[in-house]
Amino acid sequence: MSTKLINVKINGINVTVPEGTTILQAARKAHIEIPTLCYLKDVNCVGSCRMCVVEATGARGLVAACVYPVAEGMEVRTNTEKCRQSRKMTLELILSKHKKKCLSCERNHNCELQKLSLGYSVDEDRFKGEDFVLPIDTSTPYVVRDNDKCINCMRCVAACRKQHVDAIGPIGRGFHVHIGSAFDRPLSESPCVGCGQCIVACPVGALSERSTIDEVWKALSDNTKKVVFYTAPSVRATLGEAFDLPVGTNVEGKMVAAIRRLGPHAVFNMDVTADLTIMEEASELINRIKTNKPLPMFTSCCPGWIKFVEQTYPELIPHLSTCKSPQQMFGALLKSYWCEKHDISPENLYVVSVIPCTAKKYECEREQMPDDVDAAITTRELARMIKTAGIKFTELPDEEFDNPFATATGAGSIFGATGGVMEAALRTAARMLDGNFEALDFFAVRGSQGIKEATYLVAGHTLRVAVASGLDNARIIAEQVRSGEKKYDFVEIMACPGGCVNGGGQPTLSDSVRNTVELKEARARALYDCDNKNDLRRSADSPVMDVIYEDFLGFPNSRKAHEILHTTYRADKRV
Amino acid sequence: MDKQNAFRGTAEQEAKLKAVIDESRTTPGCLMHVLQEAQGIYGYLPIEVQTMIAEGLGISLSEVFGVATFYSQFSLKPKGKHRISVCLGTACYVKGSDKILAELEKELGIKCGECTEDGLFSIDSCRCVGACGLAPVMMIGDEVYGKLTPEMVKGIIDKYKEAEYDNH
Repeated sequence: MSTKLINVKINGINVTVPEGTTILQAARKAHIEIPTLCYLKDVNCVGSCRMCVVEATGARGLVAACVYPVAEGMEVRTNTEKCRQSRKMTLELILSKHKKKCLSCERNHNCELQKLSLGYSVDEDRFKGEDFVLPIDTSTPYVVRDNDKCINCMRCVAACRKQHVDAIGPIGRGFHVHIGSAFDRPLSESPCVGCGQCIVACPVGALSERSTIDEVWKALSDNTKKVVFYTAPSVRATLGEAFDLPVGTNVEGKMVAAIRRLGPHAVFNMDVTADLTIMEEASELINRIKTNKPLPMFTSCCPGWIKFVEQTYPELIPHLSTCKSPQQMFGALLKSYWCEKHDISPENLYVVSVIPCTAKKYECEREQMPDDVDAAITTRELARMIKTAGIKFTELPDEEFDNPFATATGAGSIFGATGGVMEAALRTAARMLDGNFEALDFFAVRGSQGIKEATYLVAGHTLRVAVASGLDNARIIAEQVRSGEKKYDFVEIMACPGGCVNGGGQPTLSDSVRNTVELKEARARALYDCDNKNDLRRSADSPVMDVIYEDFLGFPNSRKAHEILHTTYRADKRV
Repeated sequence: MDKQNAFRGTAEQEAKLKAVIDESRTTPGCLMHVLQEAQGIYGYLPIEVQTMIAEGLGISLSEVFGVATFYSQFSLKPKGKHRISVCLGTACYVKGSDKILAELEKELGIKCGECTEDGLFSIDSCRCVGACGLAPVMMIGDEVYGKLTPEMVKGIIDKYKEAEYDNH
């Protein structure tokens, strides 16, 4: 964008903005929000839904504010009768073929279409569209698509395209356009990896996670079952959003208190198995370096990335760390070590992991480890359970996780942000290579940029590392590694842009928040704050790790550790 | 997949398509052109052909499919030896071409856009063939039939069927 400044008037208010600014952006500077539906910052900007139409001098008819650039002296009116009538008509036409099952829709009270319909006093039955019922796609364990609720805004398609996965697109033309996979195949046969970025991009209830809440409620009321919950690092930084707390509020204490009030046997901290992952992964890295095994080693805690490699770059499988993800490690540890210790039969233990992710729902069903975790529920699903149970979240006292899996290091907490796993691994790997290595902050791998690179010298070893988030960036790194263009020793990849804090299972925020707040950064900050405040910042220093290895596993990468905490992969090439 | 739609592409057709892809790859926006050529080579655009195009051009199958389903000239189903095209343009339509189409569908036992099991006939609709004076009009191959009535349909189809029997 050039630095030339333009003076415009929005609803009579003077604003000065750089040349190239759209009316939508300029209006924000005048503290005016123009309604949008298809527009989503950083994802979709095509001007197709016509909700953001405004009157502007020099333009014929109404123009779409999201794509129309301002010009010197332009006067814009955003709220005239003409604008309002046009928006109302647009909404009524959209509603003519929208399945209006709002009462039980999971986006009820959190739906952009509903919000606008109320604001513009629409008659939802003014036009009757042709009745055709599209099938609901429930072919995957992670996402449900109900195209009768879809408004063809293309935000999901844009999100998938931004990820360079391109599993879905518009099909057909005119009235019969619908979104789906090529040849209308079920999503399960497409290149979809389950990242769920489409779900958080959807303004209505056309996309949602495949919910397992009902099974969890059933287990909680089954007297023969011992139900345990554990929460992933980033959930503490996002759950509050579902209860109208500001983005980036750390609600760890209230989250534990709320889950405890749902009635499980115990509430554990998944940061503990993030630490355990680091113990195993750092040891594996050092072993790979010392024994000339395939390098770089790629992290394996993100199931979207794993599915992506299996489907798109199967030749890179030998480069994947064999470590299970923290979610799977925790399930496996509970069903072996913890059950043994407490004399519980693993069949009577029901393990619920709370995750910011939809791909984790697929991960716990993987054929290599189908019994580790019984249900994986998203941050959104947990919020729904808390609300249904009538728990007044914001009034709760702060409570602590249950022992023996309560105490974790700051290294475990930062797993939820891009670069966090890398930094956590470097802290421990460096100490394993050099017993006197003290540094704990690896600033070069922090931040929400898509690709970060750094080189560290530890005990005579040069460690070349890279961090990528977003599958578009993952693809760049994968291509560079495959062609030999780049040589790295260790690479962290997260499928979602910004890492788990921006995962597909996180609360769906309203457009007015999503289009103005830097979510990734604000949420990540909460995790780095946890790390800073923690006296323990290196996974190897965790007293819980000492106990687990002494009591049960022996040492990192031991035979037993391999049996319980490591896994295998299988090529599954897709087009 | 049913017998009628089983893919029967030859090595020769594949080589032709590969050549088209190779010469178009570097041209931005070449997908439409490649799809048109592919339809010329195979007669239609089944998943096998679209997959070759997606892989050849380095784009996703969902993008190829989106374009292929957007334009009505592209067909996902094989066409018959005799391609019937009924004009549903304004002039023909007001002269009752919808009834001609309905009669054809009844006579051949297929819907518009489909192909008979013996591979002889396929029916499509089109918009104006430039013979409005003869409305309602249909084309079979390159032959134009005008001033049609539903009663005439059976006789015309039978003529093609008889010609097929005579050839055998």
